[in-house]
Amino acid sequence: MNPSLDKYFVPEPSKYPIFGSIALLLFGAGAVMWLNEVGPGPIVFFLGIAVLIYMLFGWFGQVVRESEGGKYGKRVDASFRWSMGWFIFSEVMFFAAFFGALFYIRVLSVPWLASGDNEALLWQGFTGNWPTAGPTAAETFTPMGAWGIPALNTLILLTSGATLTWAHHGLIKGRRDQLRNGLLMTILLGLTFLGFQIYEYFHAYADLNLRLTTGIYGSTFFMLTGFHGLHVTIGAIMLTVMFFRVQAGHFRPDHHFAFEATAWYWHFVDVVWLILFVVVYWL
Amino acid sequence: MAAVIPDQSHDHPHGPSGLMRWITTTNHKDIGTMYLIFSFIMFLAGGVMALAIRAELFQPGLQVVAPEFFNQLTSLHGLVMVFGAIMPAFVGFANWQIPLMIGASDMAFARMNNWSFWLLPPAAILLIGSFFVPGGATGAGWTLYPPLSIQMGMGMDMAIFAIHIMGVSSIMGAINIVVTILNMRAPGMTMMKLPLFCWTWLITAYLLIAVMPVLAGAVTMLLTDRHFGTSFFNAAGGGDPVLYQHVFWFFGHPEVYILILPAFGIISQIIPTFARKPLFGYASMVYATASIAVLSFIVWAHHMFTTGMPVTGQLFFMYATMLIAVPTGVKVFNWVATMWRGSMSFESPMLWATGFIFVFTMGGFTGLICAIAPIDIQIHDTYYVVAHFHYVMVAGSLFALFGGAYYWLPKWTGRMPDERIGKLHFWCSMVSFNITFFPLHFLGLAGMPRRVPDYALQFADFNAIATVGAFGFGLSQLIFLWVIVKAARGEGQPAAARAWENADGLEWTVPSPAPHHTFEEAPVVR
Ligand code: HEM
Ligand SMILES: [Cu+2]
Repeated sequence: MNPSLDKYFVPEPSKYPIFGSIALLLFGAGAVMWLNEVGPGPIVFFLGIAVLIYMLFGWFGQVVRESEGGKYGKRVDASFRWSMGWFIFSEVMFFAAFFGALFYIRVLSVPWLASGDNEALLWQGFTGNWPTAGPTAAETFTPMGAWGIPALNTLILLTSGATLTWAHHGLIKGRRDQLRNGLLMTILLGLTFLGFQIYEYFHAYADLNLRLTTGIYGSTFFMLTGFHGLHVTIGAIMLTVMFFRVQAGHFRPDHHFAFEATAWYWHFVDVVWLILFVVVYWL
Repeated sequence: MAAVIPDQSHDHPHGPSGLMRWITTTNHKDIGTMYLIFSFIMFLAGGVMALAIRAELFQPGLQVVAPEFFNQLTSLHGLVMVFGAIMPAFVGFANWQIPLMIGASDMAFARMNNWSFWLLPPAAILLIGSFFVPGGATGAGWTLYPPLSIQMGMGMDMAIFAIHIMGVSSIMGAINIVVTILNMRAPGMTMMKLPLFCWTWLITAYLLIAVMPVLAGAVTMLLTDRHFGTSFFNAAGGGDPVLYQHVFWFFGHPEVYILILPAFGIISQIIPTFARKPLFGYASMVYATASIAVLSFIVWAHHMFTTGMPVTGQLFFMYATMLIAVPTGVKVFNWVATMWRGSMSFESPMLWATGFIFVFTMGGFTGLICAIAPIDIQIHDTYYVVAHFHYVMVAGSLFALFGGAYYWLPKWTGRMPDERIGKLHFWCSMVSFNITFFPLHFLGLAGMPRRVPDYALQFADFNAIATVGAFGFGLSQLIFLWVIVKAARGEGQPAAARAWENADGLEWTVPSPAPHHTFEEAPVVR
């Protein structure tokens, strides 16, 4: 490659990063105040979120304009690919922390609590059978079964992965209708998944006596599914942005990394769900 | 290394001026400078806390600070030094040097680079500001172990959010560095020609991306245990406080390599220059770095030998930890072999590098001693561990940072560092460092526990010595400030493009100081 033909795009100075920093400062400070009930916590917190949304719109809007304006050459495209891959790797490790916690609890620490000195001296009669809300749990709860809504949700997410790939094929082959319909279906499937998830949470609180505070089972269940749900939400927002960009005529068969990145992210969220389904709901 | 260097005439910052230039900049040199200044400020802030700690420990009994404030000082000293001083300083070096060393026009994501930096001041505000809120800062130590960290006041929440924000910054910075090195190298700069500083940073960045999210997970669980009634670390609810230690140290041990690998890189740049010989065993250096990184993921529980792990666990983590000494030994061997029969001269960067080898190796040996489970059960949570990690982090990471600063100062400012003051800085630091930290080994072996403001009478003498040393070390750092300010104000001997006689690498082909834009046309490396 002749380096002078493909000069790497270096952006002009930008005001957006500092808005992002102010946003996270307000967000963090607001959360701290809110949690500790001092000062105008919620106001500061939501102000932070508002600034963050402004920053994201502005920044990504600028990136979209630069991309559609043809400023990104092959090299920049490769940078985006690498960075999205590494970003997803960081997300994998974030989930790994929580899955690791679940394994440690289930395989090691709960059995330890229910055996030997711990059982004899501290928690007599604690059997340590999973699921458990811990040796001091006063109330009983029903764990979330796997073969109702969760199984259906598995099917929904897997289908959404297929419709997204179908949309991608449409994009590559220049069939914009297929692209649009595929994306729309994926978004709707994602929203259905989220709707079911919300329903399931209500069901857990109302009928199963299963809460975030239900000992270690409640903690791991809601944290893992909750963070997954958050990621599905982010993925659905990304898909929606892609949908509007398609409506606006963006993307070409050979230039559409934003779409691919969204697809990577969506598949990643999909895989996390499969692991979740097996180790949180099923086993 | 032979290279075709295009003309570098175009040189001036464009865009806003004054403060707005620094707030909005997308230039890797501006951002690198901000990282370095920020980290030095944090270094001074953490240093003041350290001196307050040492002042209290000068004599047995309670004199200077209240015990709970003492705990806050030790906690924030650790957090500020690790996340505020050493890590950002290395990122500052990466920002300045990596594009220059690989012949890139800038970092791969220049705007995101700006954000990575500008997230640090908000994090610092939360962290240091926590001293001033009701209940004060967290007193749970830099490791934030529950159950204590579940009980602290809102200062603890501020530390949690500060860690989250610094984590975001580190992950973005690390992704930027990985992508820059993988994708922005000049034609002909193959991976096995990459300067070692870039190699070590590549592997460091990989570690950062892998473990910062794990730390985020750990402190998130703390947050929900504190405020939302989860039971991750509460045995009554079926959780386990030791779980936190596992998650934390799964981050924590790779983290200590995040703090030292770039230091290895800097030393590997300095020694060949002043030994006037190419680095001995370049490929083995690369492989040693990579294997340290891989091994660092399977040794974390050597911080937990006293938590009642099963014996098989203790043995596994003991042997795995001792394995790390092998690649570390390879490195030390290669540095010494590079010096062997070299025509050496000892300008300030080389003084720091040789000093580094001496003292860092001592820290490595004490690490090995800590790694032996039956010994560690005696010395865990004593001053022996404090001595160990200050030998690797101060005499390792920090000394390498000083060496690197003297080495590249001509490229950053266009002036050679003042040799006389530089040498004074080195010798004062080296002597006072050892006065401060060497006695801590004896204190630890004799059983003095760490993180306690008072102690039994028999520990008095060594503590008094350590405190005197600490104030000496603190004062010595003002000499460094003097060197930097002198060079930054354009005083002293002007530096040539190749500031050091035998310095090798692309960064020495551009003028000193490096113009605002470099390598807008990629050089060709042969
Ligand atoms: C040969 C290499 C090394 C070995 C075998 C080693 C081993 C150990 C062991 C076993 C401990 C735990 C001691 C205890 O708590 O009882 C420890 C603590 C520590 N090490 Fe190392 N280490 C090595 C290198 C390093 C390096 C390069 C760094 C950082 C630059 C480092 C930083 C630390 C820190 C910060 C702690 C204390 C953490 C705390 O409890 O607050 N170590 N090391
Ligand atoms: Cu370790």
